[in-house]
Amino acid sequence: MTVSEIRKQYIAGTLSPITVVENSLRVIKEKDGEIHAFLDTYADEALALAKVAEQEYKNNGVNTPALLGIPVALKNNILVEGKRASAGSKMLENYIASYDATIVTRLKKAGAIIIGSTNMDEFAMGGSTENSAFGPTKNPHDLSRVPGGSSGGSAAAVAMGAVPVAIGTDTGGSVRQPASYCGVVGLKPTYGAVSRYGLVAMGSSLDQAGPLVNTVADAELIHNIMSGLDAHDATTIASDTYPAVTIKKFYTFGVPRDFLGVGVDADVLANFEAHIDSLKAAGHTVVDIELPLFEQGLAAYYIVMPAEASSNLARYDGMRYGLSVDGKNLLEVYEQSRATGFGAEVKRRILLGTYVLSSGYYDAYYGKAELVRHKMRAELEEIFKKVDIILTPTAPTAAFKFGAQGDPLSMYRQDIFTVPVNLTGVPAISFPMGTVEQEGISLPVGVQYIGPHGGEARLFDIGKQVYDVSLNGDK
Amino acid sequence: MSTMTKEEILHLGTLSRIALSPDEVDKFSTEIDAILEYVSTVKNIIADDASTEPIVGARYNILRADEVTNEPGEYTEKLLSAMPQRDGQYMLVKKILNQDE
Repeated sequence: MTVSEIRKQYIAGTLSPITVVENSLRVIKEKDGEIHAFLDTYADEALALAKVAEQEYKNNGVNTPALLGIPVALKNNILVEGKRASAGSKMLENYIASYDATIVTRLKKAGAIIIGSTNMDEFAMGGSTENSAFGPTKNPHDLSRVPGGSSGGSAAAVAMGAVPVAIGTDTGGSVRQPASYCGVVGLKPTYGAVSRYGLVAMGSSLDQAGPLVNTVADAELIHNIMSGLDAHDATTIASDTYPAVTIKKFYTFGVPRDFLGVGVDADVLANFEAHIDSLKAAGHTVVDIELPLFEQGLAAYYIVMPAEASSNLARYDGMRYGLSVDGKNLLEVYEQSRATGFGAEVKRRILLGTYVLSSGYYDAYYGKAELVRHKMRAELEEIFKKVDIILTPTAPTAAFKFGAQGDPLSMYRQDIFTVPVNLTGVPAISFPMGTVEQEGISLPVGVQYIGPHGGEARLFDIGKQVYDVSLNGDK
Repeated sequence: MSTMTKEEILHLGTLSRIALSPDEVDKFSTEIDAILEYVSTVKNIIADDASTEPIVGARYNILRADEVTNEPGEYTEKLLSAMPQRDGQYMLVKKILNQDE
Protein backbone atom coordinates (compact mmCIF):
# COMPACT_ATOMS: atom_id res chain seq x y z
CA MET A 1 0.00 0.00 0.00
CA THR A 2 1.09 3.57 -0.60
CA VAL A 3 1.51 6.14 2.15
CA SER A 4 -1.46 8.15 0.93
CA GLU A 5 -3.72 5.05 0.88
CA ILE A 6 -2.69 4.13 4.42
CA ARG A 7 -3.14 7.69 5.62
CA LYS A 8 -6.60 7.91 4.07
CA GLN A 9 -7.68 4.74 5.87
CA TYR A 10 -6.18 5.92 9.16
CA ILE A 11 -8.25 9.10 8.94
CA ALA A 12 -11.38 7.19 7.94
CA GLY A 13 -10.82 4.84 10.87
CA THR A 14 -10.86 1.73 8.64
CA LEU A 15 -7.25 0.87 9.44
CA SER A 16 -5.25 1.22 12.65
CA PRO A 17 -1.55 2.15 12.91
CA ILE A 18 -1.26 -0.84 15.27
CA THR A 19 -2.40 -3.20 12.49
CA VAL A 20 0.01 -1.66 10.00
CA VAL A 21 2.98 -1.77 12.36
CA GLU A 22 2.14 -5.33 13.42
CA ASN A 23 1.90 -6.28 9.76
CA SER A 24 5.33 -4.72 9.05
CA LEU A 25 6.87 -6.68 11.90
CA ARG A 26 5.17 -9.88 10.73
CA VAL A 27 6.49 -9.47 7.15
CA ILE A 28 9.97 -8.86 8.52
CA LYS A 29 9.70 -11.93 10.73
CA GLU A 30 8.46 -14.13 7.87
CA LYS A 31 10.70 -12.95 5.05
CA ASP A 32 13.75 -11.24 6.43
CA GLY A 33 15.52 -14.38 7.61
CA GLU A 34 16.11 -15.02 3.93
CA ILE A 35 16.21 -11.51 2.44
CA HIS A 36 18.18 -9.78 5.22
CA ALA A 37 17.05 -6.26 4.41
CA PHE A 38 17.12 -5.24 8.07
CA LEU A 39 19.98 -4.92 10.52
CA ASP A 40 17.91 -3.91 13.56
CA THR A 41 14.20 -3.59 14.30
CA TYR A 42 12.63 -1.53 17.06
CA ALA A 43 9.45 -3.57 17.62
CA ASP A 44 8.47 -2.50 21.14
CA GLU A 45 8.97 1.20 20.52
CA ALA A 46 7.21 1.02 17.17
CA LEU A 47 4.18 -0.70 18.70
CA ALA A 48 4.05 1.81 21.56
CA LEU A 49 4.13 4.69 19.06
CA ALA A 50 1.44 2.98 16.97
CA LYS A 51 -0.86 2.88 20.03
CA VAL A 52 -0.36 6.60 20.58
CA ALA A 53 -0.93 7.25 16.86
CA GLU A 54 -4.19 5.30 16.89
CA GLN A 55 -5.51 7.46 19.71
CA GLU A 56 -4.32 10.62 17.94
CA TYR A 57 -6.28 9.69 14.82
CA LYS A 58 -9.39 9.14 16.96
CA ASN A 59 -8.94 12.56 18.55
CA ASN A 60 -7.73 14.70 15.66
CA GLY A 61 -8.27 12.79 12.40
CA VAL A 62 -7.23 14.80 9.38
CA ASN A 63 -5.45 17.40 11.53
CA THR A 64 -2.73 14.96 12.58
CA PRO A 65 0.79 15.26 11.08
CA ALA A 66 1.20 13.87 7.54
CA LEU A 67 3.13 10.70 8.39
CA LEU A 68 1.52 9.85 11.73
CA GLY A 69 1.63 6.09 12.22
CA ILE A 70 3.48 5.38 8.95
CA PRO A 71 6.28 2.81 9.43
CA VAL A 72 9.59 3.94 7.95
CA ALA A 73 12.91 2.08 7.64
CA LEU A 74 16.23 3.94 7.59
CA LYS A 75 19.50 2.97 5.94
CA ASN A 76 21.94 2.32 8.76
CA ASN A 77 24.15 5.30 7.93
CA ILE A 78 21.43 7.65 9.19
CA LEU A 79 21.76 8.61 12.85
CA VAL A 80 18.87 7.98 15.25
CA GLU A 81 19.61 8.93 18.83
CA GLY A 82 20.13 5.90 21.04
CA LYS A 83 20.16 3.47 18.10
CA ARG A 84 23.03 1.63 16.49
CA ALA A 85 24.42 3.36 13.38
CA SER A 86 26.78 0.75 11.92
CA ALA A 87 27.03 2.05 8.33
CA GLY A 88 27.36 -1.64 7.44
CA SER A 89 30.86 -1.71 8.94
CA LYS A 90 32.69 -3.57 11.70
CA MET A 91 34.18 -0.16 12.48
CA LEU A 92 30.82 1.09 13.80
CA GLU A 93 29.29 -2.27 14.73
CA ASN A 94 28.66 -1.15 18.32
CA TYR A 95 28.36 2.59 17.74
CA ILE A 96 25.24 4.12 19.29
CA ALA A 97 24.26 7.46 17.75
CA SER A 98 24.28 10.39 20.15
CA TYR A 99 21.85 12.57 18.18
CA ASP A 100 19.15 12.49 15.50
CA ALA A 101 19.98 13.35 11.89
CA THR A 102 17.98 16.36 10.68
CA ILE A 103 15.95 14.14 8.35
CA VAL A 104 15.13 11.88 11.31
CA THR A 105 14.01 14.88 13.39
CA ARG A 106 11.75 15.92 10.50
CA LEU A 107 10.34 12.43 9.90
CA LYS A 108 9.64 12.00 13.63
CA LYS A 109 7.99 15.43 13.79
CA ALA A 110 5.75 14.37 10.89
CA GLY A 111 4.69 11.36 12.98
CA ALA A 112 6.64 8.62 11.18
CA ILE A 113 7.35 5.46 13.17
CA ILE A 114 10.93 4.32 12.68
CA ILE A 115 10.61 0.57 12.60
CA GLY A 116 14.18 -0.47 11.88
CA SER A 117 17.50 0.08 10.17
CA THR A 118 18.42 -1.43 6.80
CA ASN A 119 21.47 -3.19 5.45
CA MET A 120 23.94 -1.48 3.11
CA ASP A 121 27.33 -1.73 1.49
CA GLU A 122 29.96 -0.77 4.03
CA PHE A 123 30.07 3.04 4.36
CA ALA A 124 27.77 3.14 1.29
CA MET A 125 30.59 1.92 -0.95
CA GLY A 126 29.24 -0.56 -3.44
CA GLY A 127 26.34 -1.38 -5.70
CA SER A 128 25.11 -4.75 -4.43
CA THR A 129 25.20 -4.84 -0.57
CA GLU A 130 27.82 -7.57 -1.00
CA ASN A 131 30.20 -5.22 0.84
CA SER A 132 28.14 -5.18 4.04
CA ALA A 133 30.16 -6.47 6.98
CA PHE A 134 26.97 -8.22 8.14
CA GLY A 135 26.24 -10.27 5.03
CA PRO A 136 24.43 -9.30 1.83
CA THR A 137 20.75 -8.50 1.27
CA LYS A 138 18.92 -10.61 -1.32
CA ASN A 139 16.68 -9.28 -4.07
CA PRO A 140 13.03 -10.06 -3.17
CA HIS A 141 12.31 -10.77 -6.88
CA ASP A 142 15.01 -13.44 -7.12
CA LEU A 143 16.98 -14.53 -4.08
CA SER A 144 19.99 -15.51 -6.20
CA ARG A 145 20.42 -11.88 -7.24
CA VAL A 146 21.61 -8.70 -5.53
CA PRO A 147 19.14 -5.95 -4.58
CA GLY A 148 21.58 -3.30 -5.83
CA GLY A 149 23.29 -0.88 -3.53
CA SER A 150 24.45 0.72 -1.58
CA SER A 151 20.89 1.31 -0.25
CA GLY A 152 19.99 -2.31 -1.10
CA GLY A 153 18.41 -3.02 2.29
CA SER A 154 16.09 -0.03 1.98
CA ALA A 155 15.03 -0.97 -1.56
CA ALA A 156 14.44 -4.61 -0.58
CA ALA A 157 12.49 -3.56 2.54
CA VAL A 158 9.99 -1.70 0.35
CA ALA A 159 9.94 -4.34 -2.41
CA MET A 160 9.25 -7.17 0.08
CA GLY A 161 6.30 -5.23 1.48
CA ALA A 162 7.76 -4.67 4.94
CA VAL A 163 7.41 -0.89 4.86
CA PRO A 164 5.79 1.68 2.53
CA VAL A 165 8.81 4.00 2.94
CA ALA A 166 12.53 3.47 3.40
CA ILE A 167 15.20 6.16 3.30
CA GLY A 168 18.49 5.69 1.48
CA THR A 169 21.49 7.81 0.60
CA ASP A 170 22.83 8.40 -2.90
CA THR A 171 26.43 9.39 -3.61
CA GLY A 172 26.72 7.92 -7.12
CA GLY A 173 23.43 6.09 -7.63
CA SER A 174 22.91 4.33 -4.30
CA VAL A 175 19.19 5.11 -4.13
CA ARG A 176 18.33 4.93 -7.85
CA GLN A 177 20.18 1.76 -8.84
CA PRO A 178 18.67 -0.43 -6.06
CA ALA A 179 15.28 1.14 -6.85
CA SER A 180 15.75 -0.07 -10.43
CA TYR A 181 16.83 -3.58 -9.38
CA CYS A 182 14.02 -3.98 -6.83
CA GLY A 183 11.20 -2.39 -8.84
CA VAL A 184 10.50 0.62 -6.62
CA VAL A 185 10.69 4.41 -6.94
CA GLY A 186 13.89 6.16 -5.78
CA LEU A 187 14.80 9.85 -5.68
CA LYS A 188 18.21 11.58 -5.60
CA PRO A 189 17.38 15.21 -4.76
CA THR A 190 19.24 18.33 -5.91
CA TYR A 191 22.52 18.64 -3.99
CA GLY A 192 21.70 20.70 -0.90
CA ALA A 193 17.96 20.06 -1.00
CA VAL A 194 18.19 17.66 1.94
CA SER A 195 20.36 18.20 5.02
CA ARG A 196 23.32 15.85 5.42
CA TYR A 197 23.53 16.53 9.17
CA GLY A 198 23.61 13.17 10.92
CA LEU A 199 24.42 11.06 7.86
CA VAL A 200 27.64 9.04 7.94
CA ALA A 201 29.66 10.99 5.37
CA MET A 202 31.16 9.42 2.25
CA GLY A 203 31.60 11.98 -0.55
CA SER A 204 30.44 15.24 0.99
CA SER A 205 30.04 17.13 -2.29
CA LEU A 206 27.94 14.26 -3.70
CA ASP A 207 25.89 12.72 -0.85
CA GLN A 208 22.13 13.23 -0.66
CA ALA A 209 19.39 11.31 1.16
CA GLY A 210 16.23 10.30 -0.67
CA PRO A 211 13.15 8.09 -0.33
CA LEU A 212 12.57 4.58 -1.70
CA VAL A 213 8.82 4.15 -2.07
CA ASN A 214 6.07 2.59 -4.19
CA THR A 215 4.84 5.67 -6.08
CA VAL A 216 6.15 9.01 -7.31
CA ALA A 217 3.47 10.74 -5.21
CA ASP A 218 4.93 9.11 -2.09
CA ALA A 219 8.45 10.21 -3.12
CA GLU A 220 7.14 13.77 -3.39
CA LEU A 221 5.44 13.60 0.01
CA ILE A 222 8.52 12.23 1.80
CA HIS A 223 10.97 14.53 0.00
CA ASN A 224 8.94 17.61 0.88
CA ILE A 225 9.03 16.62 4.55
CA MET A 226 12.80 15.89 4.62
CA SER A 227 14.05 18.79 2.49
CA GLY A 228 14.71 22.44 3.28
CA LEU A 229 17.26 24.74 4.87
CA ASP A 230 19.05 23.43 7.95
CA ALA A 231 21.31 25.49 10.19
CA HIS A 232 23.34 22.32 10.83
CA ASP A 233 24.29 21.91 7.16
CA ALA A 234 25.56 25.04 5.43
CA THR A 235 25.23 23.41 2.00
CA THR A 236 21.43 23.20 2.26
CA ILE A 237 19.57 25.36 -0.24
CA ALA A 238 16.45 27.50 0.06
CA SER A 239 13.39 27.02 -2.13
CA ASP A 240 14.43 30.04 -4.20
CA THR A 241 18.14 29.21 -4.59
CA TYR A 242 17.47 27.96 -8.10
CA PRO A 243 14.88 29.43 -10.49
CA ALA A 244 11.48 27.73 -10.23
CA VAL A 245 10.92 25.08 -12.89
CA THR A 246 7.96 25.22 -15.21
CA ILE A 247 5.26 22.57 -15.01
CA LYS A 248 3.86 21.80 -18.45
CA LYS A 249 1.24 19.62 -20.06
CA PHE A 250 3.75 18.24 -22.57
CA TYR A 251 7.48 17.99 -21.95
CA THR A 252 10.53 17.77 -24.17
CA PHE A 253 12.76 14.83 -23.27
CA GLY A 254 16.40 14.55 -24.32
CA VAL A 255 17.98 11.14 -24.93
CA PRO A 256 21.81 11.06 -24.97
CA ARG A 257 22.05 8.48 -27.78
CA ASP A 258 25.84 8.15 -27.90
CA PHE A 259 25.94 7.63 -24.16
CA LEU A 260 23.63 4.61 -24.49
CA GLY A 261 26.24 2.80 -26.54
CA VAL A 262 28.29 2.00 -23.45
CA GLY A 263 27.18 -1.54 -22.87
CA VAL A 264 23.49 -1.44 -22.03
CA ASP A 265 21.90 -4.91 -22.10
CA ALA A 266 19.69 -5.45 -25.16
CA ASP A 267 16.61 -6.29 -23.06
CA VAL A 268 17.05 -3.14 -20.94
CA LEU A 269 17.44 -1.07 -24.11
CA ALA A 270 14.26 -2.62 -25.57
CA ASN A 271 12.33 -1.52 -22.47
CA PHE A 272 13.87 1.93 -22.77
CA GLU A 273 12.83 2.28 -26.43
CA ALA A 274 9.31 1.15 -25.54
CA HIS A 275 9.25 3.79 -22.79
CA ILE A 276 10.26 6.47 -25.29
CA ASP A 277 7.47 5.33 -27.62
CA SER A 278 4.92 5.57 -24.82
CA LEU A 279 6.05 9.13 -24.03
CA LYS A 280 5.66 10.11 -27.68
CA ALA A 281 2.24 8.44 -27.82
CA ALA A 282 1.22 10.53 -24.79
CA GLY A 283 2.06 13.70 -26.72
CA HIS A 284 5.52 14.47 -25.33
CA THR A 285 8.48 15.33 -27.56
CA VAL A 286 11.61 13.16 -27.44
CA VAL A 287 14.80 14.42 -29.09
CA ASP A 288 18.36 13.12 -29.31
CA ILE A 289 20.96 15.13 -27.40
CA GLU A 290 24.71 14.99 -27.05
CA LEU A 291 26.41 14.94 -23.67
CA PRO A 292 29.99 14.04 -24.60
CA LEU A 293 31.40 14.89 -21.18
CA PHE A 294 28.94 12.63 -19.38
CA GLU A 295 30.92 9.68 -20.67
CA GLN A 296 33.87 11.07 -18.70
CA GLY A 297 31.67 11.21 -15.62
CA LEU A 298 32.49 7.77 -14.30
CA ALA A 299 36.24 8.40 -14.50
CA ALA A 300 35.90 11.77 -12.76
CA TYR A 301 33.62 10.22 -10.14
CA TYR A 302 36.11 7.51 -9.21
CA ILE A 303 38.64 10.26 -8.47
CA VAL A 304 36.42 12.77 -6.64
CA MET A 305 34.53 10.22 -4.52
CA PRO A 306 37.57 8.26 -3.18
CA ALA A 307 39.33 11.58 -2.52
CA GLU A 308 36.44 12.81 -0.40
CA ALA A 309 35.85 9.41 1.19
CA SER A 310 39.49 9.00 2.22
CA SER A 311 39.32 12.41 3.90
CA ASN A 312 35.98 11.73 5.58
CA LEU A 313 36.98 8.30 6.84
CA ALA A 314 40.16 9.65 8.45
CA ARG A 315 37.96 10.27 11.50
CA TYR A 316 37.78 6.55 12.31
CA ASP A 317 40.93 6.37 14.36
CA GLY A 318 39.91 4.13 17.26
CA MET A 319 39.99 7.05 19.68
CA ARG A 320 36.67 8.83 20.13
CA TYR A 321 34.19 6.18 18.98
CA GLY A 322 33.99 3.02 16.97
CA LEU A 323 36.27 0.02 16.94
CA SER A 324 39.58 0.30 18.77
CA VAL A 325 42.29 -2.36 18.55
CA ASP A 326 45.09 -2.11 21.09
CA GLY A 327 48.69 -1.69 19.93
CA LYS A 328 52.09 -0.97 21.41
CA ASN A 329 51.91 2.71 20.50
CA LEU A 330 49.45 5.28 19.16
CA LEU A 331 50.37 4.66 15.51
CA GLU A 332 49.75 0.96 15.90
CA VAL A 333 46.34 1.61 17.48
CA TYR A 334 45.42 3.69 14.41
CA GLU A 335 46.79 1.20 11.91
CA GLN A 336 45.34 -1.90 13.54
CA SER A 337 41.94 -0.35 14.29
CA ARG A 338 41.56 0.70 10.66
CA ALA A 339 42.97 -2.59 9.34
CA THR A 340 40.44 -4.57 11.41
CA GLY A 341 37.47 -2.20 11.14
CA PHE A 342 37.41 -1.56 7.39
CA GLY A 343 36.54 -4.09 4.67
CA ALA A 344 38.32 -4.50 1.32
CA GLU A 345 36.28 -2.01 -0.75
CA VAL A 346 36.62 0.71 1.88
CA LYS A 347 40.38 0.18 2.10
CA ARG A 348 40.64 0.20 -1.70
CA ARG A 349 38.89 3.56 -1.93
CA ILE A 350 40.85 5.08 0.94
CA LEU A 351 44.15 4.06 -0.70
CA LEU A 352 42.96 5.33 -4.09
CA GLY A 353 41.76 8.60 -2.57
CA THR A 354 45.03 9.04 -0.70
CA TYR A 355 46.92 8.50 -3.95
CA VAL A 356 44.95 11.02 -6.05
CA LEU A 357 45.26 13.65 -3.33
CA SER A 358 48.96 13.11 -2.68
CA SER A 359 51.56 15.68 -3.56
CA GLY A 360 52.59 15.47 -7.22
CA TYR A 361 49.39 13.72 -8.35
CA TYR A 362 46.77 16.15 -7.08
CA ASP A 363 46.66 18.33 -10.21
CA ALA A 364 46.77 15.39 -12.61
CA TYR A 365 43.85 13.59 -10.97
CA TYR A 366 41.75 15.58 -8.52
CA GLY A 367 42.31 18.91 -10.30
CA LYS A 368 41.38 17.42 -13.66
CA ALA A 369 38.37 15.58 -12.25
CA GLU A 370 37.03 18.81 -10.75
CA LEU A 371 37.55 20.45 -14.13
CA VAL A 372 35.55 17.70 -15.85
CA ARG A 373 32.86 18.22 -13.28
CA HIS A 374 32.80 21.94 -13.89
CA LYS A 375 32.54 21.45 -17.65
CA MET A 376 29.80 18.84 -17.20
CA ARG A 377 27.74 21.41 -15.31
CA ALA A 378 28.20 23.89 -18.16
CA GLU A 379 27.25 21.21 -20.70
CA LEU A 380 24.14 20.37 -18.72
CA GLU A 381 23.10 24.00 -18.39
CA GLU A 382 23.12 24.34 -22.18
CA ILE A 383 21.13 21.13 -22.65
CA PHE A 384 18.44 22.24 -20.18
CA LYS A 385 17.83 25.30 -22.37
CA LYS A 386 16.61 22.88 -25.03
CA VAL A 387 15.00 20.02 -23.11
CA ASP A 388 12.98 19.73 -19.89
CA ILE A 389 14.11 16.29 -18.79
CA ILE A 390 17.02 14.00 -19.69
CA LEU A 391 16.14 10.32 -20.06
CA THR A 392 18.42 7.31 -19.51
CA PRO A 393 18.02 3.77 -18.23
CA THR A 394 18.85 3.87 -14.50
CA ALA A 395 21.39 1.06 -14.83
CA PRO A 396 22.80 -0.80 -17.86
CA THR A 397 21.50 -4.18 -16.62
CA ALA A 398 18.82 -5.74 -14.44
CA ALA A 399 19.83 -7.11 -11.02
CA PHE A 400 22.86 -9.37 -11.39
CA LYS A 401 23.74 -12.56 -9.53
CA PHE A 402 25.83 -12.58 -6.37
CA GLY A 403 29.52 -12.54 -7.22
CA ALA A 404 28.84 -11.70 -10.89
CA GLN A 405 30.82 -8.44 -10.87
CA GLY A 406 34.17 -10.01 -10.15
CA ASP A 407 36.52 -7.03 -10.31
CA PRO A 408 35.95 -3.55 -8.88
CA LEU A 409 35.85 -1.81 -12.29
CA SER A 410 33.00 -3.91 -13.66
CA MET A 411 31.01 -3.13 -10.51
CA TYR A 412 31.79 0.58 -10.91
CA ARG A 413 30.46 0.52 -14.51
CA GLN A 414 26.95 -0.17 -13.16
CA ASP A 415 26.98 3.49 -12.06
CA ILE A 416 27.63 4.92 -15.54
CA PHE A 417 24.23 6.66 -15.86
CA THR A 418 23.81 7.69 -12.24
CA VAL A 419 27.16 9.30 -11.28
CA PRO A 420 26.93 12.30 -13.67
CA VAL A 421 23.83 13.35 -11.72
CA ASN A 422 25.75 13.49 -8.42
CA LEU A 423 28.77 15.17 -10.01
CA THR A 424 26.59 17.98 -11.37
CA GLY A 425 24.24 18.16 -8.37
CA VAL A 426 20.97 17.92 -10.31
CA PRO A 427 17.96 15.84 -9.15
CA ALA A 428 16.94 12.51 -10.69
CA ILE A 429 14.24 9.94 -10.07
CA SER A 430 14.15 6.27 -10.99
CA PHE A 431 10.93 4.30 -11.39
CA PRO A 432 10.13 0.96 -13.04
CA MET A 433 9.79 1.08 -16.85
CA GLY A 434 9.19 -2.64 -17.36
CA THR A 435 10.67 -6.06 -16.77
CA VAL A 436 13.18 -8.35 -18.41
CA GLU A 437 13.01 -12.14 -18.39
CA GLN A 438 16.08 -13.94 -17.10
CA GLU A 439 16.07 -17.66 -16.38
CA GLY A 440 12.28 -17.62 -16.33
CA ILE A 441 12.06 -14.87 -13.73
CA SER A 442 10.72 -11.38 -14.37
CA LEU A 443 13.18 -8.75 -13.14
CA PRO A 444 12.24 -5.07 -12.91
CA VAL A 445 14.29 -2.39 -14.67
CA GLY A 446 14.11 1.33 -14.03
CA VAL A 447 14.17 4.48 -16.11
CA GLN A 448 15.94 7.62 -14.89
CA TYR A 449 14.47 11.10 -15.35
CA ILE A 450 17.05 13.85 -14.75
CA GLY A 451 15.87 17.43 -14.11
CA PRO A 452 17.63 20.79 -13.80
CA HIS A 453 18.87 22.07 -10.41
CA GLY A 454 15.91 22.50 -8.08
CA GLY A 455 13.68 20.70 -10.59
CA GLU A 456 12.14 18.07 -8.29
CA ALA A 457 8.64 19.48 -8.81
CA ARG A 458 8.89 18.75 -12.54
CA LEU A 459 10.14 15.20 -11.93
CA PHE A 460 7.23 14.56 -9.55
CA ASP A 461 4.72 16.05 -11.99
CA ILE A 462 5.75 13.95 -14.98
CA GLY A 463 6.52 10.89 -12.84
CA LYS A 464 2.99 10.86 -11.43
CA GLN A 465 1.55 11.18 -14.95
CA VAL A 466 3.68 8.42 -16.39
CA TYR A 467 4.20 5.93 -13.56
CA ASP A 468 1.54 6.42 -10.85
CA VAL A 469 -1.25 6.55 -13.44
CA SER A 470 -0.02 3.28 -14.98
CA LEU A 471 -0.29 1.64 -11.54
CA ASN A 472 -3.90 2.73 -11.16
CA GLY A 473 -4.61 1.26 -14.58
CA ASP A 474 -3.47 -2.14 -13.36
CA LYS A 475 -6.05 -2.35 -10.60
CA MET B 1 50.84 -0.24 -17.95
CA SER B 2 51.84 -1.20 -14.46
CA THR B 3 52.89 1.76 -12.39
CA MET B 4 51.68 0.97 -8.88
CA THR B 5 54.45 -0.86 -7.02
CA LYS B 6 53.97 -2.80 -3.81
CA GLU B 7 56.16 -0.23 -2.04
CA GLU B 8 53.81 2.51 -3.18
CA ILE B 9 50.77 0.62 -1.87
CA LEU B 10 52.53 0.14 1.47
CA HIS B 11 53.33 3.84 1.53
CA LEU B 12 49.67 4.70 0.86
CA GLY B 13 48.79 2.35 3.72
CA THR B 14 51.14 4.28 5.99
CA LEU B 15 49.74 7.64 4.86
CA SER B 16 46.18 6.48 5.45
CA ARG B 17 47.05 4.65 8.71
CA ILE B 18 45.94 1.21 7.59
CA ALA B 19 48.14 -1.84 8.30
CA LEU B 20 48.07 -3.96 5.12
CA SER B 21 48.74 -7.70 4.93
CA PRO B 22 51.05 -9.02 2.14
CA ASP B 23 47.95 -10.47 0.41
CA GLU B 24 46.20 -7.11 0.49
CA VAL B 25 49.27 -5.38 -0.92
CA ASP B 26 49.32 -7.83 -3.85
CA LYS B 27 45.60 -7.51 -4.53
CA PHE B 28 45.40 -3.73 -4.18
CA SER B 29 48.45 -3.02 -6.35
CA THR B 30 46.80 -4.84 -9.28
CA GLU B 31 43.31 -3.46 -8.70
CA ILE B 32 44.30 0.14 -8.02
CA ASP B 33 46.52 0.07 -11.09
CA ALA B 34 43.53 -0.91 -13.24
CA ILE B 35 41.32 1.74 -11.67
CA LEU B 36 43.96 4.45 -12.14
CA GLU B 37 44.39 3.49 -15.76
CA TYR B 38 40.64 3.84 -16.27
CA VAL B 39 40.27 7.18 -14.47
CA SER B 40 43.31 8.62 -16.25
CA THR B 41 41.07 9.52 -19.20
CA VAL B 42 40.29 12.74 -17.33
CA LYS B 43 43.83 13.88 -18.02
CA ASN B 44 42.84 14.42 -21.66
CA ILE B 45 40.47 17.21 -20.74
CA ILE B 46 41.93 20.51 -21.83
CA ALA B 47 41.18 23.62 -19.86
CA ASP B 48 39.63 26.37 -21.94
CA ASP B 49 38.83 29.93 -20.94
CA ALA B 50 35.36 29.17 -19.67
CA SER B 51 36.45 26.36 -17.42
CA THR B 52 39.03 28.43 -15.59
CA GLU B 53 36.41 30.89 -14.43
CA PRO B 54 35.53 30.53 -10.77
CA ILE B 55 32.31 28.68 -10.04
CA VAL B 56 29.71 31.16 -8.87
CA GLY B 57 26.09 30.78 -8.00
CA ALA B 58 24.62 28.68 -5.27
CA ARG B 59 27.83 28.11 -3.35
CA TYR B 60 28.93 30.59 -0.72
CA ASN B 61 29.92 30.47 2.91
CA ILE B 62 27.21 30.46 5.50
CA LEU B 63 28.32 31.35 9.01
CA ARG B 64 26.34 31.34 12.21
CA ALA B 65 26.80 33.74 15.10
CA ASP B 66 29.76 32.77 17.28
CA GLU B 67 27.81 32.02 20.44
CA VAL B 68 27.25 29.09 22.76
CA THR B 69 24.04 27.28 21.85
CA ASN B 70 23.98 24.56 24.50
CA GLU B 71 24.17 24.20 28.25
CA PRO B 72 27.62 23.34 29.67
CA GLY B 73 27.96 19.55 29.83
CA GLU B 74 24.70 18.99 27.96
CA TYR B 75 26.25 16.49 25.54
CA THR B 76 29.40 15.55 27.46
CA GLU B 77 28.33 12.20 28.88
CA LYS B 78 26.65 11.12 25.64
CA LEU B 79 29.83 11.70 23.66
CA LEU B 80 32.21 10.34 26.30
CA SER B 81 30.18 7.15 26.57
CA ALA B 82 31.07 6.32 22.93
CA MET B 83 34.81 6.40 23.66
CA PRO B 84 36.63 3.09 23.64
CA GLN B 85 38.81 4.11 26.59
CA ARG B 86 38.15 6.84 29.08
CA ASP B 87 39.07 7.97 32.55
CA GLY B 88 36.31 10.10 34.01
CA GLN B 89 35.96 13.07 31.70
CA TYR B 90 39.20 12.26 29.87
CA MET B 91 39.80 10.19 26.75
CA LEU B 92 42.68 7.76 27.23
CA VAL B 93 45.25 7.56 24.45
CA LYS B 94 48.70 6.00 24.12
CA LYS B 95 51.77 7.95 25.11
CA ILE B 96 53.22 9.74 22.06
CA LEU B 97 56.48 10.98 23.61
CA ASN B 98 58.86 8.22 24.66
CA GLN B 99 61.70 9.27 26.96
CA ASP B 100 63.85 6.31 25.89
CA GLU B 101 64.05 7.50 22.31
